[in-house]
This record gives sequence, C-alpha cells and structure tokens, in this order.
Amino acid sequence: MTNADKQLSPVFPYRHLLGIEGLSPSDITALLDLADTYVEQNRQIDKKGSVLRGRTQINLFFEASTRTQSSFELAGKRLGADVMNMSVSSSSVKKGETLIDTAVTLNAMHPDLIIIRHQSSGAVELLSQKVSCSVINAGDGAHEHPTQALLDALTIRRRKGRLEGLRVAICGDILHSRVARSNILLLNAMGARVRVIGPPALMPKGIERLGVEVFHNMKKGLEGVDIVMMLRLQLERMAGSYVPSQREYFHFYGLDYSKLAHAKPDALVMHPGPMNRGVEIDSAVADDIDRSLIREQVEMGVAVRMAVLDALSRNLPNELALAGGRS
Amino acid sequence: MSRTAFTNARLIDPASGFDQPGGLLVENGLIADLGPHLFNDGLPDGAEAVDCRGRVLAPGLIDCRVFTGEPGAEHRETLALASKAAAAGGVTTMIVMPNTDPVIDDVALVDFIERRARDTAIVNVHTMAALTKGLHGEQMTEFGLLLEAGAVGFTDGVKSVANAQVMRRILSYAAHLGALVVQHAEEPALATGVMNESELAGRLGLAGIPAVAETIMIERDLQLLELTGGRYHVSQISCEASVEIVRRAKTRGLPVTCGVSAAHLQLNENDVQSYRTFFKLSPPLRSEQDRLALVAGLADGTIDVVVSSHDPQDPEVKRRPFAEANFGAIGLETLLPAGLALVHNGDLPLGRLLAALTCIPSDLLGLGRGRLVTGLPADLVLIDTDVPWKLEPASLKSISKNTPFEDRLFQGRALRTMVGGQTVYVQGEER
Repeated sequence: MTNADKQLSPVFPYRHLLGIEGLSPSDITALLDLADTYVEQNRQIDKKGSVLRGRTQINLFFEASTRTQSSFELAGKRLGADVMNMSVSSSSVKKGETLIDTAVTLNAMHPDLIIIRHQSSGAVELLSQKVSCSVINAGDGAHEHPTQALLDALTIRRRKGRLEGLRVAICGDILHSRVARSNILLLNAMGARVRVIGPPALMPKGIERLGVEVFHNMKKGLEGVDIVMMLRLQLERMAGSYVPSQREYFHFYGLDYSKLAHAKPDALVMHPGPMNRGVEIDSAVADDIDRSLIREQVEMGVAVRMAVLDALSRNLPNELALAGGRS
Repeated sequence: MSRTAFTNARLIDPASGFDQPGGLLVENGLIADLGPHLFNDGLPDGAEAVDCRGRVLAPGLIDCRVFTGEPGAEHRETLALASKAAAAGGVTTMIVMPNTDPVIDDVALVDFIERRARDTAIVNVHTMAALTKGLHGEQMTEFGLLLEAGAVGFTDGVKSVANAQVMRRILSYAAHLGALVVQHAEEPALATGVMNESELAGRLGLAGIPAVAETIMIERDLQLLELTGGRYHVSQISCEASVEIVRRAKTRGLPVTCGVSAAHLQLNENDVQSYRTFFKLSPPLRSEQDRLALVAGLADGTIDVVVSSHDPQDPEVKRRPFAEANFGAIGLETLLPAGLALVHNGDLPLGRLLAALTCIPSDLLGLGRGRLVTGLPADLVLIDTDVPWKLEPASLKSISKNTPFEDRLFQGRALRTMVGGQTVYVQGEER
C-alpha cells in the first residue's frame, strides 16, 4: 500500500473541528498519527503535497494572530490548497456588516475549508451552522483552541512516547484561556493526569469538576510533574484587576529554575506563545534547549494543522480534488 | 346594549377561590352577572352566546413586565403589535417598561404612551415610569406628577439603581406617596458576565454573573427599606438564595413583593449549552436547583407575580456570538402555556398560577381588575388547559421571534380573549 492510498481513507468522522469536546481517544490518536507523517514530510526538502489540490482554504481571523494564522497558511499551502487570509477586524465588521453576513458572503465563494478565530466564545460554532464547508476553530474566546491542544499533545507524545499516565501541570490564567480548556479535555481523554495552577481569581468556577486537581501554590503543584505548560497572562489583567502587579505575579506564578526544580528532573516546559518573558516565564527557562519544547511546539503546529486539514478534506462532499489524480 | 353570554364555563375567580361550572354575562363592557345557574332560564335577549364547553373562564391576565419598542425602536415592536401578542396570550392588561427612546421619565411621555395605547392597542396598557431621569440612576423622577399622569409604578427596567444613597432617597420619597418602587436587582459591578456563573460557564468560556450579584442588591434594598418604609418590589428573582431572602423578609413583615418570569420557571442554564442567544436573559437562567426553588417559592406565595418579561429583539442583535448578543426574550404568548406546564407537572395548583397572573398583580399595581366580580370591566380569558400544540415562531403574533420556547410542545392555551367586553382574540380566527 502506498502512502497516498493510506491517506485517502477517512480517519476522522466529522465535518468540522470546533473543539476537543466530543472527540474520542481514537479520534485524537488518528489525528496525531496522521500528524506524525507530516512532521517527516515537513523535514524533507520537498515539502509539497497535493491532497488539497484544487481546494480553497480561507483563514478568517477576527482577532489578530501571527503564529496560528501563518501556521494554518503554511499547512494549507504545503498540502496544495489555495489559501486566502482575511483579517476581518480591519474590513467589513467596521462597516457594520454582521458576523454572519461575512461568513455567508465568503461561503458563496465556495471555499472548502474555513479556519476561524474569533474573540467570542461560541462564535465559530455559530458560523459553522451558516456555511456549507468544513470549519476549523482556530480559537473562540475563552472556549476552545483544539489545534493548539493537538499540537501540544503531539509534542508531548513525540518526546515522552505517550500521554497516558503523565502528570501535566497547566499554569497561569486558566479563567480566560481557551488553550487550557482544550488541553484539559484532550489530556483527560488520553489518560494524562492534569493539574491546574494559578491564583483563585484566575480559575473558572467549578474547574475541579472538569477532572483536574487545583493548586494555588505553584511549588506544590509542580511536584512530580512531567510537563509544565505555561499560559500567557494578558498584561492588562495584571494591573490590579485580577492580580496586584506583574512582579507579584512573577514572584508566585512565574516559571523560573527554582520553581521548576520541584517538578520531575526530566520535566519539560511548554508555552503556546507569544511569551511575556519575565512575567509568566523566565527567559533562561524558555530558551533552555534541554527543558523547553517551545520551538518544537511551533514545528508540530504546522504538522497538526496539515493533519486536520487533510482529515477534514477527506469528508468533503465534492470529489474534484480526489479526481485530480493521486494514483 | 351589547351582551355576551358565556355558557357552560368552568368559572375560576382566583381571588375568592371560586371554581365552579356556570355562566357569565357581559353587558356594556362590564361583568353583569355570573353564577352556576345563571342561564338556567335561557339566554337574555340579544346576547351573543359563547359556549365554553366546560373550559376555564378566568379574569384576563395582567403582565407586569413588558418591553416594547415604542417609542424609538418600532421595528422591534409597537404597542399595537405587542397588544396583539398579548391578546393571543390571554393577557388583557400589560404594564410597559420605561426603557424606550426617549425614556419614559416625564409626564408628557406617560401621556404619550397612554394616548398611543388608547388609539392603537387592543388590550389595556399601563405605564411603569422610570425611577431615575434617563435611567441614569442619579436623579429621581417626579413620582407624584407621574402618578397623577397614570403611572402605576416606577422602575429603571433592565437597570439597577446601584447607588445606595439614591435608592434610600427614592424609597423614602416614594413611601409617602404610596408609590411602588420596582428594582431590577443586580449589582452592576458583579453582573458583567453573560450567563449564570457556574461550571457550565467555565466550560463554555463565557463570563458568569454570580447569584450574589442579585442577593447583594436585594439584601441592601431590604435594609434600606427598614429605614424608610414604603413599597418595594423586585421585578424578577432568579435564584434559590433570593427566594430565601424574600421569604425571611416577608416573615419579618417587610413590605416586599417580587416576581419571576415564566422563562425562569421553565428553563435553566443548560439551555444555554449550544450558545443559543434566545436563552440570554437578564437575570440569567440559573441552575435546575434554582429553578425548582423558584417554582416552590411561587407555590408557597413567597413569589407574588409571574411576568413574561416580554422583550422583543431583532435578529441583528440576536444573531451574534453569545457574549455580543442583546439580553431578552419575547414571552407574551408563552406566559400562560409555560405557567400551565407547571400545573400539569403537579408543581402548582391552577388557582395559584392564575392568582399570580390576575388578582395579585392587580392589587400590587392598584388596577382594580383581575377578578370575576359583577361590575368590573369584562377582561376575560377562555382557557383550554389541555390542548396540545407546538410553538412555531412563524405563527407568533410578535414581529420579533426571539422566543426561548421555539418548537416546544405545550399543553394548554388561550382560546378567546375579551377586553372591556370586546372580543380581541379568538384562537384560530384572525381578527
């Protein structure tokens, strides 16, 4: 069986990827396995595939993003899709066009895949109900960011060989973090043991009912963990509204070597980016090539997004791309 | 002389507890006579006969909390259209809120509403005027003059009077006039979210409004009320703790009353699950435990009135992501069916439900209606308590279709509505 034949079989029985919620461990494993093959492809000189040849992919970003948008753009292009980027904050929304009108307008141009980021929780799900193509959630408010959780899982799995049984600590602003929610759901589904660490004001009510252990003391929370996942804390939330100041936050919740020493000796550090160096993470830790997976996460991001695009495109109704000849 | 004879009815007068088969005669817009044996000797001359076939004939419903778009947002709903929705829901009197553009905070504007209603509406309309000028929560309105102009109470509608000093002075000034002060109880600094603060809000990534935002405001106002006296009414309570607070205050003899919306009696926060903005209400839908406490509070009389909190919103402000959509749902046409669902569940006797929709709001607002008593205006509703039907938004009279009961199966509805002796609605007949 050739590689191309293998890739034609459906691996992911959904039309959209709106969140990790609702995915089974086998769905997640299938995506990670497919992503593994793209990691290898991306390390070749010829990185170009053709599973999305003829397909149109639109990156519809209502919220500014550099790394997620470029990662999706590169992923689509490496699979042969035509990719269009739209940053909507700068165009029609300012003219009063409604969110749904924007989506319906784009839909009329027959895209096959739309990748959406929006500042409101639930906005991507809302739009997915109004379009006829596949939708990928690239982050909606404080709700979910499924491809981030998948790329984190891929990064961990490649370094630790497994997800099951690992102790993972997610640290920082859990309340406002879609990355935290998607990661909690994914890691729990895959049998990891998840802790969340942060000040009480940055914890959502009832978080423990999601199946995590809650710690307010970072040193205690890091004891015996395999993975330390840091979250970004938006600077405006540190001006006395949620926590008193940046320096107080860093003192108690910034990751430095002295706190990291409480984790397992081989514990690895992750961060979804962009980092606030000196606020939630010490520069030396972030740049430590033995401990930090931060650059690897970016690499895995492209592979995971290629896997998601590939998997969803196999379920698209029109067969034109398949007829394009990958025999 | 115009006469209507309702025969073979199940007459229910919630105020007296009267519940018997019989007939009722309407003459010149008034209830002329009623009783078990009224038409034993045949119908009076020239009377239009309405055979009720054993169904419930009750006083028309009084809805204490209705928002319309008139003046200022007539595309959402006019008084005329809202009154048609009311008639279809068995509501014969609606109390409209001052949250319009301009705000109803002046004698001339109360007069405007009264005149527009007289000329265009098919049910009785009364005005609740603003508590504070422009709803800004700072300067009280002219309670005395507004009462004389016809205002039946005072509220800032969907806004709380947050400043304790302003509220104290309002309660104190309103007390000597006997004016009803109606608070939307929600501490604004705590109520910055969009749904109930809960595990579900955490999972959905939506900012929560804690129940204490409501209870802090009610507790504060009750303490002020102890200083000032007067009449204080919480327009809507939404949680178990508020039921408890009001229950205790009533036991202590404080002059407090409160309401609950039909939506809060039927729905809970889980309905928000799919980010449906028609479930975005203020106060928010809370947990099932809270809902059950509200039902119990209504059954034992802690909660005085049931309201629709009818609030038409157009698609432009509802077809948005949850956090960005407006609050509010329509409810005039579902007030009675949603209430009847509680009766069918055995949560509530029919008489208690009807009292909370007729004589109690009438007494609260001094309307002198809401009873089956000879000489009162013939505001009546004929109710089939059992007929099953499905709510299809297209069949609603409201032009705004933001109902949280879309496609819901109901049991029971208004069949015929009469206001002041005029038939304003017959189910199945367009008028």
